[in-house]
Amino acid sequence: MAYSDKVIDHYENPRNVGGFDKNDPSIATGMVGAPACGDVMKLQLKIGENGIIEDAKFKTYGCGSAIASSSLVTEWVKGKTIDEAVAIKNTDIAEELALPPVKIHCSILAEDAIKAAVEDYKAKHSA
Amino acid sequence: MNHFELFDLTPQFELDLSQLAKTYQHLQQLTHPDKFATASEQQRLLAVQKNAQVNDAYQVLKSPLLRAEYLLELRGVDLKHETSTLQDGAFLMQQMEWREQLEDIAASKNIDALEEMDDEIATEIKQQLQRVHKGLETEGQELQVADLIRKLKFLYKLRNEIAQIEETLQD
Repeated sequence: MAYSDKVIDHYENPRNVGGFDKNDPSIATGMVGAPACGDVMKLQLKIGENGIIEDAKFKTYGCGSAIASSSLVTEWVKGKTIDEAVAIKNTDIAEELALPPVKIHCSILAEDAIKAAVEDYKAKHSA
Repeated sequence: MNHFELFDLTPQFELDLSQLAKTYQHLQQLTHPDKFATASEQQRLLAVQKNAQVNDAYQVLKSPLLRAEYLLELRGVDLKHETSTLQDGAFLMQQMEWREQLEDIAASKNIDALEEMDDEIATEIKQQLQRVHKGLETEGQELQVADLIRKLKFLYKLRNEIAQIEETLQD
């Protein structure tokens, strides 16, 4: 099975690798894992007071498709509101990266990471 | 015929691995395609199928993880085809830390630290398998066992990565 050019590009030059201080109130952290393959993904969003995502970073231990999916998502969410970000669908990610059916779960992982991060943000700010 | 029936075993988690290996060799011989070289086309085909089934069953039964997953499947819980994600924050944080630790060990080529980590993960897997074993013996614990198996997959993957790094360090 061959990776698409876009997957290889994100894999070889991942965007926004790293992390923020998860205790900072403006930082939302989403942690998700894929039992099918044992991949682990951490997505962190820096959210401004106006609810706009100013920056995003990720750390993923997994296959090329999982790394590419999270790398792509960090690019996509920047400048979006949190509501716009949670509207990103795994099918959009899979289509952009031309993921084969056996790698669809990598895009689901990235979608769920956004949702988990936004939930973390809401939990932090509801108190 | 399911894998346990094929090996004439009670469908349970606990099994005698050396006995399993013996039964496997016996079934292998019985169904070996060479034995059917002069048999009819239909019989040969049947033997090939049976032989493949014996091999598949053995791969599943000898691995504690696959065996547990298969037992759940027999009880109607299919984990193989699920694509749902795991969201247990504390568990995933620990996974992340272990993978970061492994990266550091690989970078510093510290074989002692690597072996220590391998022991730690092996112990973790053993304890988790004991919980799986107990859960499978109790009725109505399928969902809890499924959760344990999902988590075990991360641990097995980590242990594989440790083994791969060990190989490169020893080269």
